[in-house]
Amino acid sequence: MSAPAQPLDGFQRALDLGLSADEYARIVELLTREPNAVELAMFSLLWSEHCSYKHSKLLLKTLPSDGPRLVMGPGENAGAVDVGDGWAIAFKVESHNHPSAVEPFQGAATGVGGILRDIFAVGARPIAILDSLRFGEATSERSRYLLQRAVAGIGHYGNSIGVPTVGGEVYFEAPYEQNCLINAMCVGLVRTDDLIRSAAAGPGNLLVLFGASTGRDGIGGASVLASAELGEADASKRPSVQVGDPFEEKKLMECSLELLRRRTLVALQDLGAAGLTSAVPEMASKGNVGIDIDISRVPLREADMEPFEIMVSESQERMAGVVEPSRLNQLLETCAHWEVEAAVIGEVTNTNRIRVFNGPELLGDLPLDVLVDGCPLYELNPAPAPNPLYPPPNATLESKDATATLLHLLASSNIADRRYLHEQYDPVVGSRTIRRPGCADAAVLTLPNGTAIAIAIDCNGRRVAADPYRGTIEAVLECAANLACVGAQPLGLTNCLNFGNPEKPHIAWQLTESIRALGDACRALEIPVVGGNVSLYNEGPDGPIYPTPVIGLVGELPDPTRAGRLGWAQPGDAIGLVGDFAPHLPASELAKLRGEPLPDSLPEVDIAKVQATQLAIRDAVRSATISSAHDIAEGGLATALAECCLAVDLGCEVTLEEGTEPTELLFGEAPGRFLISGPETAVAALGQVIGHVTPTALQINSADTQIDVPLARLREAHASLATLF
Amino acid sequence: MKFGVIVFPGTCDDIDAQLACARVGDAIPLWHADHDLQSVDAVVIPGGFSYGDYLRAGAIARFAPIMTEVIEFAGAGGHVMGICNGFQICCEAGLLPGALLTNDNLRFVFRQVSLDVINPDTAFTRSLERGRPLSIPVKHTTGRFYAPESDLDRLEQNGQVVLRYAPSQNPNGSLRDIAGVINEQGNVFGLMPHPEHAVDPLTGSTDGLGLFASLRDSLSGSLV
Amino acid sequence: MHARVLVRPKAGILDPQGAAAERALSQLGFAGVSEVRIGRLVELEVEDPAKLSEMCERLLANPLIEDYEIVDG
Repeated sequence: MSAPAQPLDGFQRALDLGLSADEYARIVELLTREPNAVELAMFSLLWSEHCSYKHSKLLLKTLPSDGPRLVMGPGENAGAVDVGDGWAIAFKVESHNHPSAVEPFQGAATGVGGILRDIFAVGARPIAILDSLRFGEATSERSRYLLQRAVAGIGHYGNSIGVPTVGGEVYFEAPYEQNCLINAMCVGLVRTDDLIRSAAAGPGNLLVLFGASTGRDGIGGASVLASAELGEADASKRPSVQVGDPFEEKKLMECSLELLRRRTLVALQDLGAAGLTSAVPEMASKGNVGIDIDISRVPLREADMEPFEIMVSESQERMAGVVEPSRLNQLLETCAHWEVEAAVIGEVTNTNRIRVFNGPELLGDLPLDVLVDGCPLYELNPAPAPNPLYPPPNATLESKDATATLLHLLASSNIADRRYLHEQYDPVVGSRTIRRPGCADAAVLTLPNGTAIAIAIDCNGRRVAADPYRGTIEAVLECAANLACVGAQPLGLTNCLNFGNPEKPHIAWQLTESIRALGDACRALEIPVVGGNVSLYNEGPDGPIYPTPVIGLVGELPDPTRAGRLGWAQPGDAIGLVGDFAPHLPASELAKLRGEPLPDSLPEVDIAKVQATQLAIRDAVRSATISSAHDIAEGGLATALAECCLAVDLGCEVTLEEGTEPTELLFGEAPGRFLISGPETAVAALGQVIGHVTPTALQINSADTQIDVPLARLREAHASLATLF
Repeated sequence: MKFGVIVFPGTCDDIDAQLACARVGDAIPLWHADHDLQSVDAVVIPGGFSYGDYLRAGAIARFAPIMTEVIEFAGAGGHVMGICNGFQICCEAGLLPGALLTNDNLRFVFRQVSLDVINPDTAFTRSLERGRPLSIPVKHTTGRFYAPESDLDRLEQNGQVVLRYAPSQNPNGSLRDIAGVINEQGNVFGLMPHPEHAVDPLTGSTDGLGLFASLRDSLSGSLV
Repeated sequence: MHARVLVRPKAGILDPQGAAAERALSQLGFAGVSEVRIGRLVELEVEDPAKLSEMCERLLANPLIEDYEIVDG
């Protein structure tokens, strides 16, 4: 039976839906006919950037994704690494940038909901969430609004579903003013043997949809929002935003995990971008089977939905599963127990086609190799920008005085105390959290086998903008450094690549260089990429965002009782500086505060040397010979010292060597340097003793400069974000 | 000593409560749709977002089938500890006086707070070290305790105020800094802070353990 | 038939949501606004509108902290 031909101005309609003229021509060529309206809608979504990765897939294939600890690599709902004794950790980071710019509460909330589903779709119980956020400068009313609502949305979803939010980061930079970034990472725990894949199998098996009913949420979301630059007219995109229900997802999660525990399902897939349209074909394609789907059997929230609306709806909290007919009753009973609605909506076939029915009426009939695999993959045309892409930031600091500079840095929005965000998240539910936000450089959670995992998420987009290759290397090293400070060894990496319009050569260059660096860093550090996400077209009339490859790492530590902390332990302890000392002001936070333009490049990084330092720190933390470890990052050494003081309300007195320009010494930034504290001999064995912990004030002595500030003044400056909430 | 921990759709801290109870006795889950308390010695209604906090926090959970048994159990003198959402459910069910309202800053707040034990002689506090404040985390959006002034006076006079947030520690605007109350008979205790998240030195303070231990100690005297 | 119930915080109870909305209105330049209180609207189809009061008393409102008003039905 062939699909009914419907006369339509296919070409124009295709363009309206976001396909290019060439893409439409290719569809017609591969199908040997024009697609009808339902089929065209499906193509427009599956061939959108968000679903097809058509501008990034060729580059992503160059990333290393193998290793002895990898148990599930890229291509599934989430990747996973082995953590010993039959346990695995599944994790992934995803973006929800464009929806959050339109409606930040729901955009951020549903971003969390979506990544949670990706994790339990592979059979893992979500045990931690982290968020990585970027907004325009904090002086912007719009950015303050987005921040408040996004944090509230993340908290609302994560807290309500009972998964702790244990870490994250937030940056405020002008290039994100019109294109905020909301990236959510989720980590889940699973028995390695229980990991499930999404490939449908077994002609004659049933396709079941369970979870929330289907409405008009997010109609056209994937194609309309994620694959287009946001222009003046985005107020009209407001109806596309999905609304999340964490209560529904909690029930869905428990139900799904029980179905998996009891081996009820053959395959499981969550419904995310493009809803049924992406989930069903992908399940069939992966399994090299076909699927017939009958939309008249989909439980609807609204009457009179058009067939294409049902197929493209992005209503949240829905999963698709494949079940053998003999196990259907067990599935329905389990769903009933958890008060989750379930409906049989289709059947696995051996046709390698997807056929969409409305009762007896055939609405669409497409070969999967065309729909899922037929999307052209584009080579990029990278070329560095001839002129600076980003205007210099506004200067907010005139003073050259070291104390004033330190206080200004501590109060600056990229450094100030994030407690006002953390307090809106529950970090302890699940009783696994050993290091809460603010206590250490990474989150740490216990595992059932008595070991622990550490999790961190990092990227300094401004430094990547200065030098996409070296800036990305730095991002990976920064994340690994944070893990080392708690005593953890990285096991796997997930990444969310947030960039502008890749059809523009200078953005293509940023993306190409960044992915090249990501691959090089992962190979050098022997960390496999387990999966991730790409978000492109993040630009507006004022230009593109900083290239922002957000890096998420999961690492292991054998002894949870020895997880590191960032704050000093007690007065009298020695303070040490560890690592090669080459701080550098261009592209630093201080350079930003002074209104300096980005440099043309960053200094070269000796990855092997940095890695050696990280290992030394990691081992010292694991052996409990030192009492604290903190990575020196934004704001440089002086800021890091202040952070170690403020975490525990203790002071310090340090003396820095002459020989380096004092401002660079105090506030310059570079990877591979750490502050440690502890007994004198232990600290001296690892690095250079620069001073001691004291009870009450921060004192730094260096050539021509002295900083002597009571803790109360530091704290007052550090609390600047309180006014944003 | 067997604790029963109620699980509603949307409950989040049930496993945490079971783990805490298991440190001083045995703990089993009790499903919301059942009518059987399975002969537990004490009931814990844990924290979370039962029924999504829809309508009002605890408003729907309070009518769950298991709650019929819990109300009867409490009426007969059985001991019930309602933690956070559990406190909200107890108030909605009339097991405890007052109500919990939205935090005065309108936001969810997670914070480790210091609590003063106002009544150290209840079944839930008698084994605590006297005079020592408890460091226990709160995590809620709807934790502001309210009751009419005359009721508050009565609660204080009767010794029904069990826990107060220490000075400057009130995270939500609760009237008279009230963090936990008991009923007149002294067998139902509701508190907004989460003692089950203060039982393990690896994850935080252990000041919450004493509340569970006190309950076990109080009941072990009456167990045959 | 179609019924509507308004549920509002009892007089005298602090309503921080209402206060926040009042502040926001003022910041937007609307003068002369005070006493903002925020409640809830419940809309339902009922066969027996006589039962609405009991529905409110038992579930839809918490009589300790809320008043209710049956608007239609």
